[in-house]
Amino acid sequence: MDRMATTHASLFRTLADPTRRAIFERLCREGEQTVAALTARAKISQPAVSKHLGVLKQAGLVRDRHEGRQTHYSARPGALSPLIDWTSRMTGFWQNRFDRLEDLLKRMDQ
Amino acid sequence: MSDAQTKTVTVERELPFPPEKIWRALTVPHLMAEWLMQSDFAPTPDHRFRFTADWGSVDCKVLDVEPNKRLAYTWDAMGLNSVVTFTLSPTAKGTHLRMEQEGFKPGMGQAYAGAKYGWNNFFDKLAAVLEKQP
Repeated sequence: MDRMATTHASLFRTLADPTRRAIFERLCREGEQTVAALTARAKISQPAVSKHLGVLKQAGLVRDRHEGRQTHYSARPGALSPLIDWTSRMTGFWQNRFDRLEDLLKRMDQ
Repeated sequence: MSDAQTKTVTVERELPFPPEKIWRALTVPHLMAEWLMQSDFAPTPDHRFRFTADWGSVDCKVLDVEPNKRLAYTWDAMGLNSVVTFTLSPTAKGTHLRMEQEGFKPGMGQAYAGAKYGWNNFFDKLAAVLEKQP
C-alpha cells in the first residue's frame, strides 16, 4: 500500500471504534478538555479514556498540552481532510491497484 | 440529487498487453484478488458481490459487461456510493485501460448504504467543523 492509502486505512481504523469516535467528536464540538472532564461523561474508566486518547494522538487526530498535573486534549480535525475528500482517497487507491495489476499482468500466462 | 454533488475519479494507464489478457485480470476472481481484492465476482449483469479487505468491505452489483471492452459495477463502501467503470481500448502497443469512478459525496442522507456504518452523520459533522478551520 502506498503511504496515502496507509494513512487513510489508519484513520478509518482509529475512528471505527464508536467510543473513540465519540471522544473525538466531543473534542471537535466542545474544544479542549482534560482527561478527567472527558471521563466524567464517558461510560468507561479514566485509563480506558487515556488509552483511546493515545490512539487518537498517534493518528494525529488530537494533540495534548500539559499544564501542571493536568493533560488537556484538543482535536485536530484537519487531519481528516484526506478522508472527507473521497476523490483524493480513491485516486491514491486506484493508482496503487493499477501498479499491482501491471505486476500481475507481467506474471500471467498469455 | 444535484449534479454538483457528483464527482469523478479517473485513473488511466497504457499497458503492453492485449485487452483479452487484461479482461481476465479484471474478471476472474482469483486474479482480481491478486491486484484488487478478494471477491465473489461473476461477469453477469445484476450479479451482487462483495470485495473484502482487512480494512472492511465493498458492496457491489454488476451493471455492464462487454467482454474485452467495458466492465461496470456499483461500489458502495464507507458512506461512498459510486459506480466503477473500466474501459479497454486496443492500441498499437497493447491496451489503454481507463478506470472511472463516479460517485457522490459521503454523508448525503439515508438513501446511502453507507448510513449503516454510521459514517454519514460523522462526515456531515466533520465537514461542518472543517469548513470553520482557518
